[in-house]
Amino acid sequence: MAELSCRIAGIDSVNPFWLASAPPTDKYVNVLRAFQAGWGGAVWKTLGNDPPVVNATSRYGVHRDQTRAIVGINNIELISDRPLDVNLREIERLRREWPDRVIIGSLMAPIDEQAWKELAVKIANAGVQGLELNHGCPHGMCERGMGSAVGQVPEMVEKTTRWVKEAVNLPVFTKLTPNITDIVVPAEAACRGGADGVALINTVNSIVSVDLDSMSPRPIVDGKGTHGGYCGTAVKPIALNMVAAVARDPETAGLAISAIGGIATWRDAAEFIALGAGTVQVCTAAMLYGFRIVDDMIDGLANFMERSRYRTIEDFRGRALKNTVDWNDLNLNFDLKAFIHQDMCIECGRCHIACEDTAHQAIRIGAKAGGGRTFTVDNRQCVGCNLCMHVCPVDGCIEMNPVANGLPPVSWPHHPKNTLRVD
Amino acid sequence: MGMRPHTSNGTQLTRDQIEENFADLHPPLTPAQAGVEASRCLYCYDAPCVKACPTSIDIPGFIHRIRTGNLEGSARTILSANIMGGTCGRACPTEVLCEEACVLNARGEEPVRIGALQRYAVEHLIAKGGDHPFKRAAPSGKKLAVIGAGPAGLSFAHRAAMLGHAVTVFDKKPKAGGLNEYGLAAYKMANDFAQAEVKFLLGIGGIAIEYGKELGHGLALDDLKKRFDAVFVGAGLAATNALGVPGEELSGVRDALDFIEEIRQARDKSAVRVGKNVIVIGGGNTAIDAAVQSKRLGAESVTLVYRRGENDMSATGWERDLARTNDVVLRQWSVPVKFEGNGAVEIATFARARMKGGKLEAAAGTFSLAADMVLKAIGQKLDPGALENLRLEKNKVWVDADYRTSVAGVYAGGDCISSGEDLTVQAVEDGKRAAHAADAYVRSA
Ligand SMILES: Cc1cc2nc3c(=O)[nH]c(=O)nc-3n(C[C@H](O)[C@H](O)[C@H](O)COP(=O)(O)OP(=O)(O)OC[C@H]3O[C@@H](n4cnc5c(N)ncnc54)[C@H](O)[C@@H]3O)c2cc1C
Ligand SMILES: Cc1cc2nc3c(=O)[nH]c(=O)nc-3n(C[C@H](O)[C@H](O)[C@H](O)COP(=O)(O)O)c2cc1C
Ligand code: SF4
Repeated sequence: MAELSCRIAGIDSVNPFWLASAPPTDKYVNVLRAFQAGWGGAVWKTLGNDPPVVNATSRYGVHRDQTRAIVGINNIELISDRPLDVNLREIERLRREWPDRVIIGSLMAPIDEQAWKELAVKIANAGVQGLELNHGCPHGMCERGMGSAVGQVPEMVEKTTRWVKEAVNLPVFTKLTPNITDIVVPAEAACRGGADGVALINTVNSIVSVDLDSMSPRPIVDGKGTHGGYCGTAVKPIALNMVAAVARDPETAGLAISAIGGIATWRDAAEFIALGAGTVQVCTAAMLYGFRIVDDMIDGLANFMERSRYRTIEDFRGRALKNTVDWNDLNLNFDLKAFIHQDMCIECGRCHIACEDTAHQAIRIGAKAGGGRTFTVDNRQCVGCNLCMHVCPVDGCIEMNPVANGLPPVSWPHHPKNTLRVD
Repeated sequence: MGMRPHTSNGTQLTRDQIEENFADLHPPLTPAQAGVEASRCLYCYDAPCVKACPTSIDIPGFIHRIRTGNLEGSARTILSANIMGGTCGRACPTEVLCEEACVLNARGEEPVRIGALQRYAVEHLIAKGGDHPFKRAAPSGKKLAVIGAGPAGLSFAHRAAMLGHAVTVFDKKPKAGGLNEYGLAAYKMANDFAQAEVKFLLGIGGIAIEYGKELGHGLALDDLKKRFDAVFVGAGLAATNALGVPGEELSGVRDALDFIEEIRQARDKSAVRVGKNVIVIGGGNTAIDAAVQSKRLGAESVTLVYRRGENDMSATGWERDLARTNDVVLRQWSVPVKFEGNGAVEIATFARARMKGGKLEAAAGTFSLAADMVLKAIGQKLDPGALENLRLEKNKVWVDADYRTSVAGVYAGGDCISSGEDLTVQAVEDGKRAAHAADAYVRSA
């Protein structure tokens, strides 16, 4: 049987599935229901010093695909809007009632050593197993010099991390904002500040849509809107890349990674773990479907591990990193040609028009005996880009076959056409 | 297949039940349903469905526009190819046209409901009102005459008006629409859609309709040719076939088409008299429609008798299923030999039939059915009386590839020519293309 329990930055968790700091972890009853549903941990909704913030109404906007499914949501919510003490009493109670589950305290304070330290100590005293420093919130809080306003300045990331590490004897995760040019820079800063781990990503700054009747960005608050934080499946590719970048950086080697961003299924979780994550955090998927989604995450991941003969999370954690390289390390002699299985083709013509208009004019239309059309690839034109395979509505109908060209691997630094090549 | 109708088990249907029976066979899509259905379309390139549509509507294009919320653009895309896209969305046998060609069939799925989506977009535009979506070209100074205000004639008139000509349509009936108004099954054309569509179509301007004007009765082709620069004949098939068996003259034996017309024109369908035991003779659209509508009016038993096998029927499989789900009994391989009764029909007798050497012949045995109503649906035919010296071929008006009849300046289309299947959509295509041909003709003259 695959073993899902794991250890990250010295914290034991019954499984790698945590809820991210957000509305699902806002108060006792939510987290209680999450633990009942099977979540291994919860990063409490970010706490600040009293008096609590005031939230706006409405708060969420969504981005849909053409089937009306939600691919991403954005929010303009701030940190916890309830008194600190109320939150801390609830954390204490849950820690007592659910000793095998993880609660991480998330916090945010103005740039002031004492403010960070005092808040960290208060939360630590409530019995949390670790702290997460919210340097991510890209709306509202940053206008007050907090959240992403801190996360975007490496010196401040380092400083606040150090302050908190000095104040408490607990594992500390610094939560990173993706709204910067190179994620490795703040990750290294957190590392220098003494962080035990990083949590990433927080939300991506966004305007999710514009209401063309009222001419206001959504969500609309009394006729006006503002930019907000984007999350959900749409941000997963951004998060995967950032997690991989931190995991591959030699300077941050050894930093624990709690991955966040668009995780909705066991497969998403497995991908982040394969890129080095020790736990994963979920917000949007839980907000859209409820805590029950963890059921499938748990047994889906276990089944995957059984199938692949991984006994523990550690057995495959970071396994995809060795194959995650720079472009300059790719073999340019590798060649693929698209092949269309005629017996599976439904004659929609999507591959043809995609290749014809926007790729390499490699797919020919022919007449089929007895009516209908055939689509075939002209190997001389095909550059193996995959576009046709992706647009094809029939799974497996277009296959990308490697060409046995007998050529040795060659990367760009060694490529004959590179005038600056190194031999 | 829609809601199951109320049927009679000896008791009479109430007026409300009959009214429900004649509501939309398929209720229109809600916006949510339309969104889901539109998103199923794969947006094929050079799509097979377009080729299967006699009017070549850009189907992926109009469905994509529904998906993006561009309903006016969607309707305009449809109507630019088929000005009766509304009726076609309701009445086309899509199961043998666009939807049969949908590539989703090949993926083992239900085809996209193209007809329902088409109806959705067009009815949105018509209901919205406002300006007609097409503009007329500068006046050409030419006058065109049209015989028949059916789908062929109106399609011709609309396109000719759009091209800048002044059009006068003559129809013997008091209302326009042809079989859209008098022939299609009532539950396909609910809410007086035929007239709403005519009104919409005339919104282009430049079209005058003269009702009660019949070619052959005070209106002559020769005369029209003198008064107009070109003439289009879209008179449909105005005559019906007779069975030629004893007892055909008994009361209660009537043309299915007349009966359907009576139903279509009745404000209150429960006022239409229907038999208790109805027999419908025929194997096409009209036979199915007559049978199903009889049942929905409250006939206790309806038997559809066809001389050959079910697969020989020109009614599509979908229509035959519709008959079955409406409790119509199908009897194949049977030909009527006589009707008997005292003034009114009481008994219909049929002989068994079979195919031998490619020909239908009588087989041993006869059977009789009680019947107080017999509906003949054995086909319509051209009424050549008024057509003067137009050349005919196989009982239809002969035209060349440009819809020119044998008489210069006279064009024809729709059911009265043999362009394709006798369907609304084909009539619309004929009218549209004939209008372009006539446009070239009058401009060169
Ligand atoms: C019962 C029935 C059900 C049908 N159901 C369907 C269906 O569900 N779907 C489908 O696609 N098709 C259906 N069809 C076929 C479709 O209705 C026809 O193909 C279509 O209406 C042909 O159009 P048209 O303009 O050529 O002829 P028509 O619609 O017949 O119009 C001819 C017009 O010419 C007028 N006219 C005739 N003679 C003269 C004259 N001498 N002088 C002046 N005016 C004249 C008539 O009054 C009429 O208005 C059905 C047909 C019938 C009979
Ligand atoms: C409504 C909402 C409120 C959030 N509030 C916080 C917060 O208080 N503190 C924090 O660190 N992140 C907050 N987040 C960010 C999430 O914790 C998480 O990083 C982000 O949503 C990406 O994960 P997801 O794609 O699973 O939603 C919030 C997200 C949402 C949608
Ligand atoms: S792989 Fe790219 S280039 Fe080759 S046929 Fe497909 S779309 Fe065209």
